[in-house]
This record gives sequence, C-alpha cells and structure tokens, in this order.
Amino acid sequence: MRPALKTLVDRVTFLYEDLDFTAVKEWKERTGGKAVGYMPIYVPREIIHAAGMLPVGVLGGGEGLEIIRGDAYFQSYICHIPRSTVELALSGRLDCMDGMLFPSICDVIRNLSGMWNMMFPDRYVRYIDVPQNYDPEVGGSFWRREIAELRADMGRIAGREISDDDIRNSIKVYNENRAALDDLYAARSRTPWVYPIAELYLVLRAGCLLPPEEHTALIREYLELAPQESDRKDKDHSRVVIVGSFCEQPPVGLLQTLERAGCWIVGDDLILGLRWLLRDVDTEGDPITALSDAFLVHSTEAASRYEPGNAKGSQLIASVRDNDAEGVIFCAPSFCDPALLDQPMLVTALDKAGIPHTQFKFSEDTGQFAVIREQAGTFSDSIRLWSEV
Amino acid sequence: MTRPVDADKDRSMELQKEMIAGMFDDLATAHEDGKKVVYTFVPGNLTELIRSFDLLPVLPEINALQSGMRKLSGGYITEAEKQGHSEDVCTYVKCDLGMLKKGNVGPTGKRLPEPDLLLLSYTGCFTFMKWFELLKQEYDCPVAMLHVPYQPDGKIHDHQREYIVKQMRTELIPKLEQVSGKKYDEDRLKEMLAKSAKAEDDLVHVLESAKNRPSPIDAYFGGVYYIGPMFTAFRGSDQGLEYYRLLREEVDARVAAGLGPVTPDGTMTKEKFRLVVEGPPNWTSFREFWKMFYEEDAVVVASSYTKVGGLYDRGFRHDPARPLESLADYCLGCYTNLGLPSRVELLEEYVKEYEADGFMINSVKSCNSFSAGQLLILRQIEERTGIPGGFIESDLVDPRYFSAANIKNRIESYLQMLEQKRGAGVGA
Repeated sequence: MRPALKTLVDRVTFLYEDLDFTAVKEWKERTGGKAVGYMPIYVPREIIHAAGMLPVGVLGGGEGLEIIRGDAYFQSYICHIPRSTVELALSGRLDCMDGMLFPSICDVIRNLSGMWNMMFPDRYVRYIDVPQNYDPEVGGSFWRREIAELRADMGRIAGREISDDDIRNSIKVYNENRAALDDLYAARSRTPWVYPIAELYLVLRAGCLLPPEEHTALIREYLELAPQESDRKDKDHSRVVIVGSFCEQPPVGLLQTLERAGCWIVGDDLILGLRWLLRDVDTEGDPITALSDAFLVHSTEAASRYEPGNAKGSQLIASVRDNDAEGVIFCAPSFCDPALLDQPMLVTALDKAGIPHTQFKFSEDTGQFAVIREQAGTFSDSIRLWSEV
Repeated sequence: MTRPVDADKDRSMELQKEMIAGMFDDLATAHEDGKKVVYTFVPGNLTELIRSFDLLPVLPEINALQSGMRKLSGGYITEAEKQGHSEDVCTYVKCDLGMLKKGNVGPTGKRLPEPDLLLLSYTGCFTFMKWFELLKQEYDCPVAMLHVPYQPDGKIHDHQREYIVKQMRTELIPKLEQVSGKKYDEDRLKEMLAKSAKAEDDLVHVLESAKNRPSPIDAYFGGVYYIGPMFTAFRGSDQGLEYYRLLREEVDARVAAGLGPVTPDGTMTKEKFRLVVEGPPNWTSFREFWKMFYEEDAVVVASSYTKVGGLYDRGFRHDPARPLESLADYCLGCYTNLGLPSRVELLEEYVKEYEADGFMINSVKSCNSFSAGQLLILRQIEERTGIPGGFIESDLVDPRYFSAANIKNRIESYLQMLEQKRGAGVGA
C-alpha cells in the first residue's frame, strides 16, 4: 500500500477504533465549538452544523468495548447497541457531547431517550420524531415545526441564533458530502476490488466523526488514491447487496469475512442516516421547508419508515439491478425489530423478482465469523454455479 | 386465602361475556350482513369514529391474547416462524399471522372477516407499523395510516394535536367514508363521545376503588377484564354504558361489604400485600399466573397495563365539544406513548396513592415498547418510594417463555422479602 493511502486508512481506522472520541475532543479544543451526538438513523445534521457545532454519530461500542454496566440496564432479549451506548456514557466517554439526539427508529431507541433524560438530567436530550405522513401540509407541517424547535434548541446550545443563510450554507456542505458518497459507492459498484469493503466502510464511518467538509475531502482523496494500488485485482466473486445493518453496525471483520468468502458487497444500508436523502436538498427559498420537503419526498426506503404504497422492496430490487448484483444477504442485528419484521416482506419481493437471498444475524460485538464465512461462501458459490439472475 | 367459587357470577361478568360473544357473532357474519370491517389497534383506537360510520372494529391484539388464553398461540407462532418470521420479534404479530394462515378462526370458533380497511393507529408501538405492513401484503384493502407523535416530555403540544386532526380530516375520514359509503356525521360522533365520557367516569371510579382496604378489585388480573369493553369495541355504545354502570354498582357493593377481589377461585378474604405492577400480563398461563399472587394474599392495586388504552384516571375524558381534538389527545396520552420519565412519575404516584407495599415488573420479551428501560424504571421507583422492586420475565402469548416454576419462585421470594422488611420495620 502506498504511503498516502496507508496514512488515510490508518486515520479512518483510528477514528473507528477510538472509543474515547478523541477526534471530537480535538475539534472542540481547536474550534471552541460544541458537539451534539445523534444515534442512528436520520437526523437533519444540517441544523447542528448550521449552529457551528459538530454532529457526531454515536453508533454503539462495536466489538472493542467491554460491557461492564450497560448490561444491567437491558434484558437479554434487547439488541446490543443501547447497552454499549449506555456503557459509553457511564464510562464518561460521551461527556464530550453537549447534547444527544435520539431519532425515531424503534421502541428501544425511543425509550433510550427517556432513559437518558433520567440518567443524565443535566444534559440536553431530544427525541427526533419524524413524520410518517408525507403530505407537505400534514406531515410536512408537523416536521417543519419539529425542525424549527430543533433549530431553536441548537441555537441555545451554541449560544447564537441560527440564520437562514447558516442553514443554506450547511445544506450546500451536506449536498457536497452526499455527492462524494454517491461517487464513492458508484466507484465501488463498478470495481469493488479497487475499494475493499473494510476501507469503504471505514471511510464512510469517518463521516460520523469528522466535520462534513473534512469528510468530503477525505472521500475525494480516497477515490484518487485507491485506484493507484496496482495489486488490487478482480476475483471470481459474486456481487451482493446486504440489508438490515442500518442501525447497529456489524463488526468490520464480519464485512471482510463476507468479502473473503467470495462476495463483493456492491450495495448496502450501512450507517443509512448518512445517505438517507437520495437527492440534493434545495438551497434556495426557506431552508426549513427545503429540509422538510427533502425528507418527505426523497427519503430512502427504510424499515423505520412507513411505506404507503405497494412498493415494499422496490428500492432493494432496484439496488440489485442498478448494481448488477446477483443476490441479497440479510445481515440484521439480533433482536432488531425494524429489520427483522421487514425481512419477510423483502423476502417476498425478492422471491417474486427471482433474486436469491440468504440471511444471518449478528451483534455488534460478534467475534466469531467461521459460520458466517461458510454460509456466505456457499451462497456465493450457489449464485455463480446455479443462478439464473 | 380465598373462599370457594361464588355460585353466582357478577352480572357485569355475564354481560361482558354476552357483549364479547355478540361482537364476534356480528363479525362472523359481517360481510353476509352487508357490514364492513376495520382492523385497528387497542392503544389510541378510534372506536367511536369507526362506529359512527357503522363499521365494525377488529383488534388483532385482542385476537392474539384470546388465542393465548385458549392455548392456541403456540401453534400459530410456530406456523409464522415456519413462514420465515424471526424468533426475536413480537409474538402478537406472529400469533396473528399464524392464525391467519390457519384459517383466521376467532376466539369463539367462528371465522373472522377479512378487513375492508386497515386503520394503522400508530400509537406508542413501533411494531404496529410493521404489523399492518405485513397484513397489507395479505389483504387487498386500503390502509389508513394515523401517525401519533410520541410524548417524550409527557405533554401534549398544539402542533402534535393539529397534526393528528389533519390526518383524520385528510387521510382517515375520507377512507372511512369511502369504505362505508357514508358521510362523516359529527353530531353522531359527539353523541358517542358523550357516552364514552360517562362510562370513563365509571371505569375510573372502579379502578380507584382499589384505594380502599381491602381493595375490592385486583387492578391487574381483574383489571384486564374491567378495561375490556372500554379499550375495545364498546366505547361510545349503550352496552358499554350499561356495563360500566353495573360494574360500578357491584364494586361499590363490595366496598360496602368490605369484600376483597373476585378471583377464579372465589373471593380473596385476606389482603396481605398491596402491589403496583408494570407491564402486560402473560396470557398463555393467565390463571396460573394470577393464582401465584392470590395464593399469597397479594392483590394488585394499580397497574400500568390497564392504561395502555388511555389514562382516564389522570383526568382525560373524550369530549363531545371538541370531538376530533379529544380523539387526538386520547391517542397521544396512552401509556406506552409517554416518555419514560412520565411513566416513572405515574408509577411512583400509584405506589403512594394506593399505599402499595411492593412494586413488580412483568417484563415481556415481545414488547420493547414496554420493556426497554424497565430495569431503570425499577431502580427509579425503588429510589423514589423506598420500597423494593421485583422483576419477573415472561411473554405475551409465546408459551415457550413462561417458566412457571421460576416465576412462582421469584414471586414467593419477593413477597417473603417484603414480609421480612415489614417485620423489621423497613420500607412502606
């Protein structure tokens, strides 16, 4: 690996592994700004950014965190991310957050917002309730009001009013970030061997910790550097889309295992909140309305979002087709209600479309991948040998 | 201890039985009779609005719990898991889908009608949304989504109410009109809401009778019967009014006579422990579960489960003067739609107001809406009230998660601890 790429990969690896949020603390020290954490999946980060603060994605503790106190707060049948997030907080690692946002994704994260209120009464906490009605005059009216309240709260934490121009500027910054991510995913889909899944994921994940301007520059740099690695060659792999990992994240080792087992992951819903909006947000006119309209009209299909039509699974199938994928791997966290309740509906859609699929569950601290490797390898083989897709 | 089974059941019990049987009879022949059917959920249900269009509500959670009580849910859940539904998710959903796959036969042995409308009242439970998305794949009928915002601070904000009312006007009522072929009749709705409010007064009177010593009711195991008509299809009806009038009279008579609660084995004659319980009951072993309490002379004086369909005891009433607005407030105020701090405050108040000796949580695997955060709730209640809490785990309708010996052991140990503390002069 050339030195420049190695430096970049080392940096994003450090960001991923550092559970002390050093990068956030350094940013705060450097800028004198404040940081606001958000859990998966969608929050309008533009509002935090417009206040001159750093939005920080809090995605649990992964495989690197020993749970000492977090398990005492959750029954065994509840997923892993809330217990590791509580662990992060109780161990003081989230002290650098000047507020925490809990988006509307499931009952566990929703209730976690209330737990936070009681456990950390001196800290700012907000539950982000997104509309499930997409009429601009109905759900839109509600959502605009919620965004306006968030704007006022963020202004209070930052100690300054957020102007419309501040928000428009942040919208532009995030539009650029979205475009860079789109380019990254398009490049990965074209030549997945040039952009190994571990690198792609770590570059994506850096977006949870870096200011968006820096993250965009990082993606652009990676897109320049990765193709310069001459030893990255195509292999006789199957092309798959993975689905179900939008909230609690699989360990990087698991993603690498899938790749090593013969699967190029050419589409995914990892850290979906960073790619929630499918189009640019309008930079003209009222910025709150622009953000609201973008959510109502250009949101990605997701398990936490009501699907009013009969199109369940249509975006997944489109992702399979657009990325020339040959199959789908359901890769959901254990006890994840949204992903696991969605799965049978997506299976039905895939079966109708004749797209092969397989499934397994994980936990963010899963350490053994032998069984998954065997399953993914068999799935990849079966696609290559017998698939009609 | 209890005395032998009463020869005569209370009239209200008989009436409720007749009402439920009549409801399922009506449903069995609904389509033959030219009636249309709306599937919807218990929390935040809009029974009066549905009934004002002469539509019949079907509540899948009720079907699931009835299947649990009739020992059928295990087979239904297995059927759903065979069809690819995860073992990790809500067993109400799997029980319902399994029942559907096995012919959709309801609690009275008669087939349930297919829905003409799925009214997705999305209140306090994320799984509801997935449940009806799953049903939408099974039925060729319209869906009306009613998104009810969460109340993280326990307060109703104007824009939340307006959002719900707008959804009723633009999404829900047009679909009810379309399915029923009738125009929205606000005067009729108002009449029904006035009846609801009267019955709600009586229900609150019954629930609050548990402040007496001895309590004339069990507000959890008995409570699920008392809330039945109110939380399901009978709010706003003459039958509902009559049921609650009768129930109130009976409970008043029990108070006057100094009687304890009625159980399946007769009247409790001793009240040794007064408990507040958080969480839904287990349905597959409901009587066995209840017996574990009354055999130890433990009576539940207040419970959160009996508030999933509304916090009437905190003052809410359906209001004919503001029909849609009060329906919106009703949806917003259901127990599981409240943030955890509000839930803790309510439970703390119950412990104090009802002079409870103990606080127990029945944590069910199926329901993250209830269960996520309950271990913190337990600690908070212990800290705030000074009484020790008990924690047991089971499930709603999956018999694989009801371990009778373990649960009985935990309940007995907990009650023994309460007694020892009482003897030592510690706690409440």
